[in-house]
Amino acid sequence: MPDLGLEVLFKGKNMVRLLGGIGVALKISLIAVVISIPLGILLGALMTWKNRGVRAILRIYLEFVRIMPQMVLLFLCYFGTTRAFGWNLSGETSAVIVFTLWGTAEMSDLVRGALISIPIHQYESSEALGFNRAQTYLYIVIPQAIRRLIPLSINLITRMIKTTSLILMIGVVEVIKVAQQIIEANRMASPNAAFGVYLTVLLLYFLACWPISLLAKYLERKWR
Amino acid sequence: MRIDVLINYLPLYKKAALLTVRLGLAGIVFAILIGLFCALIQYFKIPFLRRIVSVYIEISRNTPLLIQLFFIYYGLPKIGIRTDAETCGIAGLAFLGGSYMAEAFRSGLEAIPDIQRESAYSLGMNHFQTMWHIILPQAISISIPAFVANVIFLLKETSVFSAISLMDLMFTAKDLIGLYSKTTESLFLLVVFYLIILLSVSLLGSLLERRLRYAGFGS
Repeated sequence: MPDLGLEVLFKGKNMVRLLGGIGVALKISLIAVVISIPLGILLGALMTWKNRGVRAILRIYLEFVRIMPQMVLLFLCYFGTTRAFGWNLSGETSAVIVFTLWGTAEMSDLVRGALISIPIHQYESSEALGFNRAQTYLYIVIPQAIRRLIPLSINLITRMIKTTSLILMIGVVEVIKVAQQIIEANRMASPNAAFGVYLTVLLLYFLACWPISLLAKYLERKWR
Repeated sequence: MRIDVLINYLPLYKKAALLTVRLGLAGIVFAILIGLFCALIQYFKIPFLRRIVSVYIEISRNTPLLIQLFFIYYGLPKIGIRTDAETCGIAGLAFLGGSYMAEAFRSGLEAIPDIQRESAYSLGMNHFQTMWHIILPQAISISIPAFVANVIFLLKETSVFSAISLMDLMFTAKDLIGLYSKTTESLFLLVVFYLIILLSVSLLGSLLERRLRYAGFGS
């Protein structure tokens, strides 16, 4: 049995520190999710408007944010704003801003997709039954759109959590940074710590995302 | 923003972009192979292997690429599996992408109604002919949009390669910012190069989608 470097985890407060690290990542993604879901719903609804100008502006924002790697967005926000506007954003603030902008774009695209997936005859039938616009949306469109939307937006949450691993690169102390510190500190005592510690980090992310993915899958199957 | 700085940096970025594209494409090719293999195992419900595939898919889809890379690059050497940075990047991308590709292909295969298979059998085709002439062409056509989305997603994910010190676009930009603090120019070129790569792939993808849209349309 080779030395897997697992004993490091039980030394001192190492496990607690790793959990704290993933806590930072989860906190940032939670804040971003809470802000970006309502904003995304609003933007997604605006995207189905007939006003060309509004749609063009939203489209450019959406496409830019969705096509750029999230790491580039983080760099733009973290390094770019300092130079351009003289702001001195902390890593955590930039992470929240970027994930909110990105989450809003992704969410609004999901909302738009769900809204246009409702066939046009649903609108026409409700009009024929004498519903006005508000009633059509409230009783006919939204209840159907939400069933498609909820599993997809739960999936978005797991993507958000996974993407928070990138904040390491703009200097936020989160779970990988903690892992590196633990490995460095135990370099002599257990040289194989890297295996055990990174495996644990992988497992922590898995434990954070897997239940959420399962829930999304369950809801998708139930509401099909 | 200064033009001479941009021109000075251009060769560095070009080199980095080539690395990004090369590693990205290699990773995507392996991801497609893994994905096809896993999708077929799940489609034919091969016992035991099917379990392994679904465990792999859950692990790969629910962990970030950055952590997978750290584990492969720094963790695995401790138990004797040593890789250089490039191999590690490709392996990580293939490990992550395999599951996404598998899901895309599987949903394509499952979208083909049973009546297609039954009709093929009643026309006297054997298993292989049915698969090759009837099921696969339609399944591929249906899974193309998800496939294109995955390719773009995987190319975007290559941006984390800088974490294992591969000299890709991200790494170059960070390096230049750190060395000369020409932040505006470095970030501008970073965005431009990613736009060139990703927009062209995205355009190519929508062309492909339009060309291959024959399954189930017009029914």
